[in-house]
Amino acid sequence: MENNVFELQYAIDTFYFLVMGALVMWMAAGFAMLESGLVRAKNTTEILAKNMALYAIACIMYLVCGYAIMYGGSLFLSGIQDVDVPSVLSSFTTREDGFAGGAIYSSASDFFFQVVFVATAMSIVSGAVAERMKLWTFLVFAVFMTGFIYPLEGSWTWGGNAVFGMYSLGDLGFSDFAGSGIVHMAGAAAALAGVLLLGARKGKYGPNGEVRAFPGANLPLATLGTFILWMGWFGFNGGSVLKLGDIANANSVAMVFLNTNTAAAGGAVAALITARLMFGKADLTMLLNGALAGLVVITAEPSTPSALTATLFGAMGGVLVVLSIIALDKLRIDDPVGAISVHGVCGLLGLLLVPVTNGDVSFSGQLIGAATIFVWVFVASLVVWGILKAVMGLRVSEEEEYEGTDLSECGMEAYPEFVNGKQ
Amino acid sequence: MKLVTAIIKPFKLDDVREALSEIGVQGVTVTEVKGFGRQKGHTELYRGAEYVVDFLPKVKVEIAIGDNLLDQVIESITKAANTGKIGDGKIFVTELEQAIRIRTGETGEEAV
Repeated sequence: MENNVFELQYAIDTFYFLVMGALVMWMAAGFAMLESGLVRAKNTTEILAKNMALYAIACIMYLVCGYAIMYGGSLFLSGIQDVDVPSVLSSFTTREDGFAGGAIYSSASDFFFQVVFVATAMSIVSGAVAERMKLWTFLVFAVFMTGFIYPLEGSWTWGGNAVFGMYSLGDLGFSDFAGSGIVHMAGAAAALAGVLLLGARKGKYGPNGEVRAFPGANLPLATLGTFILWMGWFGFNGGSVLKLGDIANANSVAMVFLNTNTAAAGGAVAALITARLMFGKADLTMLLNGALAGLVVITAEPSTPSALTATLFGAMGGVLVVLSIIALDKLRIDDPVGAISVHGVCGLLGLLLVPVTNGDVSFSGQLIGAATIFVWVFVASLVVWGILKAVMGLRVSEEEEYEGTDLSECGMEAYPEFVNGKQ
Repeated sequence: MKLVTAIIKPFKLDDVREALSEIGVQGVTVTEVKGFGRQKGHTELYRGAEYVVDFLPKVKVEIAIGDNLLDQVIESITKAANTGKIGDGKIFVTELEQAIRIRTGETGEEAV
């Protein structure tokens, strides 16, 4: 009888993990819609191609070597399908905390849940370098990012390994629940390195310091994308509890869902008000970025804050993201969708807020962790982008940029007109 | 025959169409166009950066009519498209040399 209960717990925790993973997978659709809505119409097909291709590359590279680097085990996931049922059951029955102990679930479900996080980190990059980077250069970078740069950084944090054998972030009191730093700030660091080498879109900044607006082509799609990301985030944070099958963890999952939702709401409202005060109008794109900023901030620790605290944390992200987007434009760092501000700046804020509600985490540990992640991903990315720049080139030509990357990279338009269907 | 080309505010199109129907105009051709006049453009704001919209959306209505209808058509459009504010548009009148109905081959005023 007891074994049957453990078999059920194994099943429900595995099932929970898989469903949450499927929700996170759907965030790829959210990023694709958000980015295609915020770029100009002439770059729509190319940004969609990037989003679909980077997701597929992330899945394959994480399978080939990423998962092995991050969590140990063999290359190509060999042996992941083997489950020894008696030994799984004995690991349940022999441990002292029994039913309420840590999660035990299928290894394949663990891979599935982790792989969609890699894709999320890479999706962040595509928005920041949009409208001017060569498609194939970007895809080659995706191979390095998802196969090596992210997994190594993940092995120091969630994987528990020492950083190049020198120091262990866990011992220093570092904690990042679902990846404000490990996923989001890491993606933003890679994006920032790319943008610095790539330069701004042509005409974005005038000679006298003026910032020119390139309005997004499709705000309904950008809004839909943001709602999809908001929904997918329940899987991102909720699944990171890792277990559903006992009262304490089920309750924790419920709090994480609640806090994730309310932080996004706080971020959205705060960004809306900030934009209204600064520009005199309710800028929808800032509202969208604000909701995402709230989500990124709460991701570092969605289980310990009270609902009100989570809302306030989200609101801090919502204010910060608007200021950050303006500041990056002043610095002439051109980020068409605001990815570096949303994921990088707010990811850092999320990490630094963890010690406020979680007494087991130290402020210094968070700082060292954030610095470790940022420096590694930024420097490694800068090297890879630099090599790619020398070998393949990062940018499309000036004429191709003017005509749109849809034509130069994909050879097709997203919204073709005057097409002769009779030929 | 005359060709009347009216540039009007887009939201006045229905009023103009109705007014023309009432005086017996048989058909019009409508095009969405952009342009500027004394109204000039206006500025909009996107993510904190201002941008100027130089060309404003207007609707161009083209009406081919017999000479006898000209005064009525001009009066109808002027009345229907008028808001009293800047940007109401203009009416241009040109001579129309010939008109042919493709289906029947009729020509001249029979065809408009």
